[in-house]
Amino acid sequence: MHELSLAGAVIDTAERHAAGRRVLLIQLRLGELRQVVPESLAFYFEHVARGTLCEGATLEYETVPATLGCRECGATWPLTATLGSGSATWGQTPPGGVRPQVAARPSFRCLRCGGADVEVEAGNEFEVESIEVEEPACTG
Amino acid sequence: MHRVKVRVVEDALDANNTIARANRDDFDRHGVAVVNLMSAPGAGKTSLLERALERPLGEGIRVGVLEGDVQGEYDAMRIASLHVPVTQINTDSGFGGECHLDANMVRTALPSVPLAEIDLLVIENVGNLVCPAEFRVGEDVRVMVAAITEGEDKPLKYPLMYRTCELVLINKVDLLPHLEVDLEELLANIDAVHPGVETLVVSARTGEGVEEWRRWLAARVARRAAAPVA
Repeated sequence: MHELSLAGAVIDTAERHAAGRRVLLIQLRLGELRQVVPESLAFYFEHVARGTLCEGATLEYETVPATLGCRECGATWPLTATLGSGSATWGQTPPGGVRPQVAARPSFRCLRCGGADVEVEAGNEFEVESIEVEEPACTG
Repeated sequence: MHRVKVRVVEDALDANNTIARANRDDFDRHGVAVVNLMSAPGAGKTSLLERALERPLGEGIRVGVLEGDVQGEYDAMRIASLHVPVTQINTDSGFGGECHLDANMVRTALPSVPLAEIDLLVIENVGNLVCPAEFRVGEDVRVMVAAITEGEDKPLKYPLMYRTCELVLINKVDLLPHLEVDLEELLANIDAVHPGVETLVVSARTGEGVEEWRRWLAARVARRAAAPVA
């Protein structure tokens, strides 16, 4: 339920950039590793946005897949490459409730050299990419 | 009226991070090492803190505690009985009660924390494996408690929390003979999501590993003391 606080953070950010104008649309980039549930975020957003410039705004989001990079050997790979067959989604037990096998364990170790000095190159995003605001018609 | 697109490209948590940096500056000015202690509810944060602080951590090391809870002062009372200065933050003033501490809650509580009189501040976060990992509060280091009773799969389910910590305390190991939990599997899962992270196997109940936990805390204070003061 971190989506409640995250909804507040989205609204604060959008309002800061809206400069007093009504916000109609907010586009987000959600990294896969942040484990944000978009439906839950939208639910809380609707409530928290009441009485703000963001009231009634639409939330759109793009999910950013997790990509890892090894600082030792320079390899980069998508996190999904470390998931074995049968476990389609990060962190979830395969269908049927089977205990995840070692092969299905997502690993943050380097796929090529096994090194531990691995950085997350993408997948940690929780960004407001852009907003659309209502602009009064130009009177000039 | 017409629609105008405004490019933002900003981390939505930037505002929190800015306040966290202000907290960090205050901690640095007083040369205080700060630990953000996190876990699921009931994993043993307060118990491990009590065990660590029931005797002085080391010569001249003065400790303060900031307790974060949705409601109540139960934990603060436990810590206060050890004659450690403690400040309680309750997060229930908002919409349903926040499930974590953020930088601003800590900032608001700072005036009642005697920064000039302590060397180590432990911020005990609200029990939760998701939200606290999202919000920096100005800490030097993050420590989490993983109780063995939670099962060996939790690192795979809550990778963000496990990845943001520099130390994982595996608590309640005295219960291992009574459980079907595989400690080696838990350690392997922790290593999978956070390769090389430090782990300590402990029991707040029997005291196993508590000396190592105390030495780890004392070492963080020594490291802070050796760093140049801002």
